[in-house]
Amino acid sequence: MEFLSPSTVEEALEAKHAHPDGVPIMGGTDVMVELNFDKRRPPALIDLSRVAELSEWGPDDGRIRLGAGVSYTRIVEGLGAGAPALAKAARTVASPQIRNRGTVGGNLGGASPAGDTHPALLATDAVVELASVRGRRKVPAREFYLSLRETACRSDELITAVLLPEPTGPQQFAKIGTRNAMVIAVTSFSLALDRERRAVGTGLGAAAPTPVRAETAEEFLAEEFDWEGGSSPSEAVVRRFGDLVASAARPIDDQRGSAAYRKHALSVMARRALSWSVTEYRKGAA
Amino acid sequence: MAATTRVTDLSSTTRDGVGTSPRRPDGTLKVTGEFAYSSDMWMEDMLWGASLRSPHPHARILGIDITEALKVAGVQAVLTHEDVPGEKRYGLEYQDQPVLAFDKVRYKGEPVAVVAADHPETARRAMERIRVDYEVLEPVSDSRQAAMDPDCPLVHEPHELPHHPEYNPRGNRLRYQPIRTGEFSGTAGSAERENGVLERLRAEAAAVVTTEYEVGMQDQAFLGPESGLAVPAEDGGVDLYVATQWLHVDQRQIAPALGLDQEQVRLTLAGVGGAFGAREDLSMQIHACMLALHTGKPVKFVYNREESFYGHVHRHPAKMRYEHGATADGRLLYAAGEVIVDGGAYASATPAVVGVASSLGLGPYEIPNALMDAYGVYTTNPPCGAMRGFGAVQACFAYESQMDKLAAELGLHPVEIRVRNAMSQGSKVITGQEIDMPLPMAEMLERCRDLPMPPERAQLSDPSDQRTLPGGVAGTTRGEGVVRGVGYGVGLKNLCFSEGFDDYSTARVRMEVVGGEPVVLVHTAAAEVGQGLVTVKGQIARTELGVEKVVIAPSDTQVGSAGSSSASRQSYMTGGAVKVACASVRDEVFSLARSKGLVPDGIEDTDLSLSGGKVVSATAGALVALPDLLGEAAEGGAVVEHTREFHHRPTEMLDPELGQGDSHTQFGMCVHRAVVDVDVDLGLVKVVALDAVQDVGKVMHPQQLAGQIQGGSTQGLGLALMEEVQVEASEIRNPSFTDYLIPTILDTPPMRIDVLERPDPHAPYGLRGAGEPPTLSSTPAIVAAVRDATGRPLTHAPVRPEDIVGIEV
Repeated sequence: MEFLSPSTVEEALEAKHAHPDGVPIMGGTDVMVELNFDKRRPPALIDLSRVAELSEWGPDDGRIRLGAGVSYTRIVEGLGAGAPALAKAARTVASPQIRNRGTVGGNLGGASPAGDTHPALLATDAVVELASVRGRRKVPAREFYLSLRETACRSDELITAVLLPEPTGPQQFAKIGTRNAMVIAVTSFSLALDRERRAVGTGLGAAAPTPVRAETAEEFLAEEFDWEGGSSPSEAVVRRFGDLVASAARPIDDQRGSAAYRKHALSVMARRALSWSVTEYRKGAA
Repeated sequence: MAATTRVTDLSSTTRDGVGTSPRRPDGTLKVTGEFAYSSDMWMEDMLWGASLRSPHPHARILGIDITEALKVAGVQAVLTHEDVPGEKRYGLEYQDQPVLAFDKVRYKGEPVAVVAADHPETARRAMERIRVDYEVLEPVSDSRQAAMDPDCPLVHEPHELPHHPEYNPRGNRLRYQPIRTGEFSGTAGSAERENGVLERLRAEAAAVVTTEYEVGMQDQAFLGPESGLAVPAEDGGVDLYVATQWLHVDQRQIAPALGLDQEQVRLTLAGVGGAFGAREDLSMQIHACMLALHTGKPVKFVYNREESFYGHVHRHPAKMRYEHGATADGRLLYAAGEVIVDGGAYASATPAVVGVASSLGLGPYEIPNALMDAYGVYTTNPPCGAMRGFGAVQACFAYESQMDKLAAELGLHPVEIRVRNAMSQGSKVITGQEIDMPLPMAEMLERCRDLPMPPERAQLSDPSDQRTLPGGVAGTTRGEGVVRGVGYGVGLKNLCFSEGFDDYSTARVRMEVVGGEPVVLVHTAAAEVGQGLVTVKGQIARTELGVEKVVIAPSDTQVGSAGSSSASRQSYMTGGAVKVACASVRDEVFSLARSKGLVPDGIEDTDLSLSGGKVVSATAGALVALPDLLGEAAEGGAVVEHTREFHHRPTEMLDPELGQGDSHTQFGMCVHRAVVDVDVDLGLVKVVALDAVQDVGKVMHPQQLAGQIQGGSTQGLGLALMEEVQVEASEIRNPSFTDYLIPTILDTPPMRIDVLERPDPHAPYGLRGAGEPPTLSSTPAIVAAVRDATGRPLTHAPVRPEDIVGIEV
């Protein structure tokens, strides 16, 4: 196995171009598990940890540009206001040690349907920046996940950043695990209210072969919600919203939980996230 | 090294003795990451071993072709069952487990071939090239069917197994143990008459509760996976450095498989990263030795976590049916229990687990009429054997759940019904054995009930702090749906081995003077598995011999057996052996002092003691300092050394029809009160408090005792809420720590521990084994608390979120 350690994005892209089967590695929290357990033996590893640009974040034309290699710990510490749903999701990732290593780029690259950051990226309409020697392109998170562990990222591309829109309303993230820390999502849910566009965003994790949105639920709530006054939706609206979120899920029965439970939990989380959001919305909290 | 001179007051006792909390000798190394665990061993030129395991739970082996594997560069050996030099089967009690599978594989993950290569990766690559031709058979997955259905396919052909008539084996039954007392004792063997008695008792009872329960397969989840290093020796034998629980029982099984004499197989304990029962059975021991002898080179094995799930036995999953009847004032009239434990493919400790699950199957209650049936069966599921609590855990979940149900039926407080039926010293368990040691059960229950409660949620400084809520920082609730519940549990556990087993322990103790200072060496074969025996051995030597400097020799087979580090027995047994060996050393020191005319006439040995490095008379004061009495060892001074065995009182097998007999050595008890917050909409649980009252007879080391009770309680918490090796069609669905969840510190609540010291007159220092009892009672206490919060029946441990929200699994 070849081990490549580029120190600039350009070198990294050259490496990926030369080794389309090469696996990029950053924190190693996913990739190393697969290597250690002999699940795969890629011909090359492209170590991106020396590429400074990937570990930077900052404002970018009204959005936040988050380098793909920024650790979850830094997201928790720095993005609580700038990207609340993502920061909440980052806080639920594994353990402090893993949060020090793991990155959003890795989460996107692995594209596990249970990955913690996907629902937040979907709900907030984040954009994934992909780069290759051919140039850079931007793909909305909502178009990024194609099928089970398949994404829009091409074999010669690297995930270089995500672009996070400035929040214009409350954002939530909640995740079910059968222990109180260090757990892979049984299912997870993210909600974002966009005050300016009067739009609702959702994201569901571990609920289908890919991270998904509950589009019908989004449209329903955008229609029903009192964007002007932020009054509490009726019990019937809340319940309907929960049901629509659950019905967007196509979960499976597996060792982490049953499909029926996942749907049930999604509806409960959706109702709760909505009620928290409404309260915050009224307070004017972003 | 800085030398310190300490002037010891003649009247002072030796510090760091029994009852104090000296630091563990291995503690700092473990905390700083410098301790060498068995997986850290390394030798020049060593080879790496790897095991090829069966991908099928049940299949006939039609052929094994190793040709391609041998061609891999760097491979030094590929061995199959044909290469086993001696006995092809081994086992703790039944010799039924193949060293390497032949004819058939009986569980997924059974070792079929082993490889030694110059690199672990090479070994794995070679393994992939071994071709095994299997004819896949239907798995035998249902333990109830295996126990009851005469048409169930057999896991083992009858003629293949050693015969153990005392266990009533038949078909896939490994052991069947009935127990009958009171009115049931006259009806044994007749289902019809038994039913007659049952119907009469039912009619007489004011309340009858009948329920089926299940306990899932729990993993010991030790952190240090199976590993060891076998080094071929010049005498044709082998030296094995291994993490195990009982060096001599390993030796007893390894030597015949290798075709060697016992003395040619020498074992030394390597650093053990936890055990909890999972290291009672062999894993890589024979494989490493075979490869080392075959290649003439040291061979190291280290399992990874997934292989570890296949490489050791688990706690038996149990299917249970219980019926209890009580009078209107809450007194038990009768109880009937049936427990089926799934032994998996090989016997391991299953017969002994059945002995515990039956004899203690109805718990610590006065029951005039008892009917108990316990079965251990073969299936093609992963083999199950010893785990902390050993058969008593499963039954305790059922009988404690029953007591709660009965209390609810009769409108009694859960503590009240337990107190009304509580055993005490002089009570008889259902085997007829009298509890001839203190058992202050009623007092313990009341003390536990009266412990201060944790603050109500509303009293917290921030009731919406997510870290205090079910789901934690995953943010699933800000208080919505959260309901508090309280539950109690009590369990009775046998301590030391039972049923006629003489699990003696041996200790060698040497006293000599080195550099002007008396030094004591304690040498045993006992396995330090993290429990702290290594500290306790030193404390006992200090207390008995009045010498501060105690050296603990590495545990190996150069000294007699110490028995297993299980059954909560090592403080009792190896502690007892160290104590008696110290007594022999002390007696010799006294007679030496006498022979030198240092003991005034008229002073008996009973008047003498060793303290502060001196021979001291209670009446005449200090007589002589040990350095002066013994002289410097290197200059021909006296070396006083004794090796002594310690045996507990004999026990007996249960009779096969009525299950009567004094089968147990000692009994231990813990009482738990659990307080939980449950998110009743999402089925998530936060244990708020898990408080315990335990009688340990005598506290040997307060800090380590607290660690044992906290650890046992937490392991029980895991079984209550999350820990289950999920087995479907005989295949493990979650062989990883990603999906086999054990409690983290955020799942583990503060624990108040109230320790009683009511000495057991039969035991050294009056002590009682302390490691297991908390593992029994914490599980039912937590589940009871979740029932209290939710009103759900919750008959399966662990409780799943589905069970709480009412979704069928």
